Amino acid sequence: MAEIERHSFDVLVVGAGGAGLRAAIAAHDAGAKVGIVCKSLLGKAHTVMAEGGIAAAMANVWAEDNWQVHFRDTMRGGKMLNHWRMAQLHAQEAPDRVRELEEWGALFDRTPDGLISQRDFGGHRYARLAHVGDRTGLELIRTLQQRAVALGIEVFMECTITKLVKSDGRIAGAFGYWRESGRFVAFEAPSVVLATGGIGKSYKVTSNSWEYTGDGHALALEAGASLVNMEFVQFHPTGMVWPPSVKGILVTESVRGDGGVLRNSEGRRFMFDYIPEFFKAETADSEEEADRWYEDKTNNRRPPELLPRDEVARAINSEVKAGRGSPHGGVFLDIASRRTPEYIRRRLPSMYHQFKELADVDITAEPMEVGPTCHYVMGGVAVDPDTGESVVPGLYAAGEVAGGMHGANRLGGNSLSDLLVFGRRTGLNAAYAVVRRRAERPTISDEEIRAASEHALAPFSIEGGENPYTVQHDLQEVMHNLVGIIRTAEEMEQALTDLAALRERITRLSVEGHRQYNPGWHLALDLHNMLRVSECIARAALERTESRGGHTRDDYPATDDSWGKLNLHCRLDGEAVGITREPLPQMPDDLRELFN
Amino acid sequence: MGYDLKMKVWRGDATGGDLVDYTVPVEEGEVVLDALHRIQATQSGDLAVRWNCKAGKCGSCSTEINGKPRLACMTRLSTFEEGETVTVTPLRTFPVVRDLVTDVSYNYKVAETVPAFAPEPRPADGQYRMQQVDVERGQEFRKCIECFLCQNVCHVIRDHEENKQSFSGPRFFLRYAELEMHPLDTNDRRALAREQAGIGMCNITKCCTEVCPEGIHITDNAIIPMKERVVDRSFDPVTWLGRKIFRRDQLEEAQVPQTGAE
Amino acid sequence: MAAPTGIKSPTRARIAARTLRTDRWWLYPTFTALVLVAFVAYATYRAFSGQHYFAEPYLTPFYSPCVTTECVDGSRHLGTWVGDWWPFSPAVLILVIPLSLRLTCYYYRKAYYRSFWMSPPACSVAEPHRRYTGETRFPLILQNVHRYALYIALAYNVLLTYDAVMAFKSPEGEWGHMGLGTLILVVNAALLGLYSLSCHSCRHIIGGRLRNFSKHPVRYRLWGGVSVLNGRHAQLAWASLVWVAFTDFYIWMVASGTWSDPRFF
Repeated sequence: MAEIERHSFDVLVVGAGGAGLRAAIAAHDAGAKVGIVCKSLLGKAHTVMAEGGIAAAMANVWAEDNWQVHFRDTMRGGKMLNHWRMAQLHAQEAPDRVRELEEWGALFDRTPDGLISQRDFGGHRYARLAHVGDRTGLELIRTLQQRAVALGIEVFMECTITKLVKSDGRIAGAFGYWRESGRFVAFEAPSVVLATGGIGKSYKVTSNSWEYTGDGHALALEAGASLVNMEFVQFHPTGMVWPPSVKGILVTESVRGDGGVLRNSEGRRFMFDYIPEFFKAETADSEEEADRWYEDKTNNRRPPELLPRDEVARAINSEVKAGRGSPHGGVFLDIASRRTPEYIRRRLPSMYHQFKELADVDITAEPMEVGPTCHYVMGGVAVDPDTGESVVPGLYAAGEVAGGMHGANRLGGNSLSDLLVFGRRTGLNAAYAVVRRRAERPTISDEEIRAASEHALAPFSIEGGENPYTVQHDLQEVMHNLVGIIRTAEEMEQALTDLAALRERITRLSVEGHRQYNPGWHLALDLHNMLRVSECIARAALERTESRGGHTRDDYPATDDSWGKLNLHCRLDGEAVGITREPLPQMPDDLRELFN
Repeated sequence: MGYDLKMKVWRGDATGGDLVDYTVPVEEGEVVLDALHRIQATQSGDLAVRWNCKAGKCGSCSTEINGKPRLACMTRLSTFEEGETVTVTPLRTFPVVRDLVTDVSYNYKVAETVPAFAPEPRPADGQYRMQQVDVERGQEFRKCIECFLCQNVCHVIRDHEENKQSFSGPRFFLRYAELEMHPLDTNDRRALAREQAGIGMCNITKCCTEVCPEGIHITDNAIIPMKERVVDRSFDPVTWLGRKIFRRDQLEEAQVPQTGAE
Repeated sequence: MAAPTGIKSPTRARIAARTLRTDRWWLYPTFTALVLVAFVAYATYRAFSGQHYFAEPYLTPFYSPCVTTECVDGSRHLGTWVGDWWPFSPAVLILVIPLSLRLTCYYYRKAYYRSFWMSPPACSVAEPHRRYTGETRFPLILQNVHRYALYIALAYNVLLTYDAVMAFKSPEGEWGHMGLGTLILVVNAALLGLYSLSCHSCRHIIGGRLRNFSKHPVRYRLWGGVSVLNGRHAQLAWASLVWVAFTDFYIWMVASGTWSDPRFF
């Protein structure tokens, strides 16, 4: 095997979305030599798709808001299954992280006083989302990207990591390939931060981009880390449903935050029929009260359209199943009849643009058709809340790939703040860890490289095998149909059988052409990760015999308090995925009191 | 409803290539990227095309469709006649890597030369204050998704490879304009816009604005205002004389920022 | 022959065609060239002809202000201070002003760079030049004086407005009358005024150059108004160009007695 390209860093960050960039900036600021590896071009990460805003209790609009309220909202939204410490740190630090972006050039929408404006979102007690129209994610990534470039941080674009390398039980670095040339590359680093995002591409209808193949989840699993809460997959209630080619593309929650309502084919605001007991006290029970709330939040309760995402997604699903759906199998999201065209165009410019261009629908004049779409995985690498380190020394995770923060369901807006808060924390701690162990520089052996290369090149050596695109399509069918929004034991057992068959098929993948920018080959390698993660989801979902947040069991429709004290962890035992039950970390009494 | 679409797709690499004919079944409501994906899945698994979000938000799938720079994910097939052949080629301003993928690193190199945002210090209460009317101009420019279609269509570099050394392109004039109009920025980038970014090379023929998928008024709202600011500083005899008389030019030179990378 | 550049550069995708555009991209540059050539030809002929430019009370904008001793009686609103040394028609002296405005105008630059210089002829159509330096060198660097052309043109617009006001006289010199020519001159003054005000330099000077709009509310509102006009700059450029030629033609016809001016009152 010829000598391959090698690089050496103190901290290697895998992924250049919000969390990865923030981690890299933090590690750089802490004095580490940092490299970022990303699958796409810099600035294209899935973070750009985030629309609504960054949740942070800055109290710019509502003076009553503070971190305790945000913490409480987050825990309740997560059905109390969140790691309390992560939720606490998140609520406490988010405001500073937002203000810091401003210092780096972000231009948020303003209040009349000139402060950062904040908007309403589902599950948040007060208007709390710092935003830029409906393209907040783009603003966030551009700001961090420009900051990283200004700091001179080295970025390896269009480079995919296929394996984490360890030596003596610690992380030693990572192995991957350049997408452009197909050549291999090794990164030696005592700290590796995973910031690879989510897993949505395993589902048929998803708002996620192609990159979301669960790379970080699978890499961590194979390196010996455990994944927590994998049964909780968030289906965003409002994705586009028509035309078929755009099915799943996100329709931001801001549409509802800014006054949009959901109606079924009979014109009824059906969300009033789906208010769960848990949220009754704070949700309006008449249309009049709900409409008054937009102007007067003190004396009125929130409209049910702004319940947490899991509730709304389930409600839409039920309406469609009951035959009260829209012509293309969704429900109607109507803002046209409730707000002026100028208001809609100013507040929701990209939504206006998106529907106009892709569906020929003018959202200022007619309602949108929307339905649930796979959006986010709450589950991820189990990490220490303060440092972001996994059980594998030197392996860190931040953002969507990390688990625990959001419990059973994530609130809108909490993702971007999660990226910033924990991106920074992991970046700093990954750098500190290197400083503490300055003397030890890990190296990657030729043996490791040979094994990783052979594995990566396997699809070229098989002729007449399976087409990776077909296998991906079949995988998406399995996950969509059998481990989707509503689940049963029988279907998930079927899914596990099907996944086992797929696992066998991916050993026989073959790709045409050569190694240079070959998407068929890239997909063949990604499929490996997608299958690993899918199996974790299916196994964990089968194990949890209750319904909670993003996990709904038709055969166990009730929420079970005894399950409320347990997390499920996935670990790899040889080639098999094993599930263990572990007690949920309990919050201290002073925080518990916030819920009384 | 569905029909068989005739396509010509450029396939090849830096050593050469050709337009290859494909016939792809397509459905109502689909976009060019759907057709390319179907070619990948059923006919040529190794067809290289760069894409990410497929929702017009990331700016990855920039190609030239029937000779016009477009995002493949935002070009609906309904904009063509049913019998019409749709020709897709890589961007013709950047080096080709393979098939529809080009090497856009020029843009990332230019990005490193733009001096970073340099805000005034925070006021005592730690809260920056900016009015909505003051941030709106910059917000328009920050809608940019960096698809680099404006860079691709700009004849200054499209038709003159050697100009890539001295010209930053429309995307970065947006960046200069954004910073120059930022209510909190303290730098003066006018000299750099002229000397380093080469704004004088632009002859405002407006193709960048024509192809911008975000509808940003690149020429009217960014490039021309930047040119006017450069005039303020370098070409306006009245202000020039004023500066000479009051000896302000040394002062300004001292404030010209260093480039971004440290 | 030097190494190929542009879309033929060795690293770029090898595609022989200069453009793969299938639409009629040549329409805009061709049409632009035709209109501009027609206008220049007409204006040159009229400017050098030195006759039929005044028909009481109408003075054609091509000859306003008329300031040489050659000017006919009644057209000498500003006096004849230039004297008699000027060898050409008085129009040549004055047409330099609108010419310099239009020549350096950001819209016309696009129009003639595309249609005459073909740099580029249309978007993503390769241009025929080997080298390109844009507006960085003499003479094109002079485009940067656009704002001075604007200042002079704004003053000139005052004179054209004055001419339009004078057109409310009867041919006998009594106020309070109006003919078709009056209307044409008013529209002409309005279009030229709007064209000048909608100029990009004007937009910059009025308020665009400010970093903080919120500290200058009056200028911000003016900037907003100019910005709206600026969005129509191209249309105003064409409309005012065609109208000024038409105005001149109308007065030519009246002055030469080809037709007579209908009087309203």
